[in-house]
Amino acid sequence: MLEIQNLHTKIGDKEILKGLNLSIKAGEVHAIMGPNGSGKSTLANVLAGRDGYEVTQGSVEYEGKDLLELAPEERAWAGIFLAFQYPVEIPGVNNVYLLKAAVNAIRKNRGEQELDAVEFLALIKDKMKLVKMKDDLLSRSVNEDFSGGEKKRNEIFQMAVLEPKLAILDETDSGLDIDALKIVSEGVNSLRNEERSIILVTHYQRLLDYIKPDYVHVLSGGKIIKSGGPELALELEEKGYDWIVKDDKGENEAA
Amino acid sequence: MSQENMNNNAQHYLAEFDQFQETVERDWFSEQRQSALKLFIETGFPSSRLENWKYTDVRPIAKQSFSNVSTTTSITTEEIDAIRFQDIDCYELVFINGVYSKEHSRLDGLTENIVIENMADALAKDKDLLEKHLSQYADNNVSPFTALNTAFIQHGTYINVPKNTVVDKPINILYLSKDNAQPLATHPRNLVIMGEHAEATLIENYIGLDDANYFTNVVTEVSLSTASILKHYKIQQESVNAYHIGNLNVTQGKDSLFKSHSISLGGSLVRNDIYGQLAAEGASIVLNGLYMTDGKQHVDNHTRVDHLKPNTHSTENYRGVLNGKSRGVFNGKVVVHPQAQKIEAHQNNANLLLSDDAEIDTKPELEIYADDVKCSHGATVGQLDKNMLFYLRSRAIDEDTARSLLTYAFVNEIISDISLVPIKNRLEHLIIGQLPDAELIREFTNE
Repeated sequence: MLEIQNLHTKIGDKEILKGLNLSIKAGEVHAIMGPNGSGKSTLANVLAGRDGYEVTQGSVEYEGKDLLELAPEERAWAGIFLAFQYPVEIPGVNNVYLLKAAVNAIRKNRGEQELDAVEFLALIKDKMKLVKMKDDLLSRSVNEDFSGGEKKRNEIFQMAVLEPKLAILDETDSGLDIDALKIVSEGVNSLRNEERSIILVTHYQRLLDYIKPDYVHVLSGGKIIKSGGPELALELEEKGYDWIVKDDKGENEAA
Repeated sequence: MSQENMNNNAQHYLAEFDQFQETVERDWFSEQRQSALKLFIETGFPSSRLENWKYTDVRPIAKQSFSNVSTTTSITTEEIDAIRFQDIDCYELVFINGVYSKEHSRLDGLTENIVIENMADALAKDKDLLEKHLSQYADNNVSPFTALNTAFIQHGTYINVPKNTVVDKPINILYLSKDNAQPLATHPRNLVIMGEHAEATLIENYIGLDDANYFTNVVTEVSLSTASILKHYKIQQESVNAYHIGNLNVTQGKDSLFKSHSISLGGSLVRNDIYGQLAAEGASIVLNGLYMTDGKQHVDNHTRVDHLKPNTHSTENYRGVLNGKSRGVFNGKVVVHPQAQKIEAHQNNANLLLSDDAEIDTKPELEIYADDVKCSHGATVGQLDKNMLFYLRSRAIDEDTARSLLTYAFVNEIISDISLVPIKNRLEHLIIGQLPDAELIREFTNE
């Protein structure tokens, strides 16, 4: 589903990713872990198509297509979803209407029939239960005056409604208390299936107690320096990152 | 323009005035007209060397010889019905090329004690009352345009709401401008007198048809007695070739409230001035504004609020969206006078520049001569927020729609505050109509 080969990216003059390789098959959950500044969020943003990142080398193939050629909205139409580390507040834009427009934009671009108001409401009612979304959050402006936990829950709620093929969760666990973390994790787990792939970007092992990854990768200095199964995360929790990163210290620290 | 040309143009207005005087009866106001004209001739059009006119060059108005004679004063029922608010029951006064149209105005059902009529009729009938109020709140010395308007006072709206009276429906004034034999200058004059505890809603609409070239020079005076309330809307949709200069002067009594929404969408060269005098304790003024410009439009909003007495409040929130090569000016001045303790004054101006060639000069000003006050002011100028754009696009919204949506969300902050729903709907309609993907955006609006 996703093939990243030798990916190099720069922000301005600063090189962040320095030859990243990653291959993800349908239905797999991959955790990307790593110290602060290792390039985790850069990877998430490059995959979603955020401006400001220059790809200098390498390729990203998604379902056999060149992902880097696509605009952010085209990636969304193609089934890619980014749960933001810092969900953006958009005053004056209604949460539920944004979702409806998003659902229908995706359907339209796939040649499917758009949902009317009734069908759409039926769809979201179902999904709201998944993350225990409160009704009043729906009718408010996107993320405006939401608590940190509500924002993250809203991201997973959007993911549930948009049913992506590839979901990238960028530090979805950060800033969540344990109850919120459980709710969010349950939501994500219920969305796991054989077709849907998930990339979990996280700094902490804690999230992986609740969402069990198939693979764990350690990103440091802009490269994946170690990959393994879920047990690697436990090892990292115990020993920290230093023991792995050591080999890598000739590299510049990345933002 | 050289000084000589300015004077030549003064000659033009002198000649126009002579002609005008032949059409109106000599009355109690004649002397005031003459002295106002004299003042205008002496000062001439304001030069951009004056601080108050620094960013707005009125030479395009000064160099044209606008006529004072309306040759077109009719409109078909179909034309007017397309312009009226269809979903709101209101008292309506219609002016076509500056001339009152009794035929199209609707004032039936008005209770006897409330006066809403054409200024020309009021001048003839209500000398005693008018003498006390007309030209008492707008100062001919402050703007030459006000002096020019005073010289030519004839048509306009006179409203008098007596003590303890609530006008049951909004008062809607339509100033329509169409093609005229010669480019026309109109000088509408509105006077609103609110008695104690009186309440009313007033809407001033300026609408240009036929892409006509004309000059609207309006002056509105408002006097608010104790605890009276006036909600005021100005919706400026002059034609793309029109000039609009508007002066709104409000003098407020104890515990009175003036709430204004000034929406500027049209016009080639536009200047709106609002002067608020908080002349007694407990008076509050709320000034909200929105300007949306494109092409080569120039829109200047100047406001000045004087806190003359303690415990007075002013709040101002103006937003601008500038596209193309258009230019905006915002100058909001708040003066807190020495005895005006315990006042509160807050002011904000935010601007969105949608193109590289658009320009805004913004200047919030606070002058404080009292020591126990709460004041704030701020101004921002920016482009659409990149994070918001990316967020929307990552949620499958295409770039053009995302841009329109964020622009709409930005102006909606001003519109959403409008309590009169039909006006809000009309403004939403007008504003969204200027954006691509109008239908989709309509769905997004927070209701």
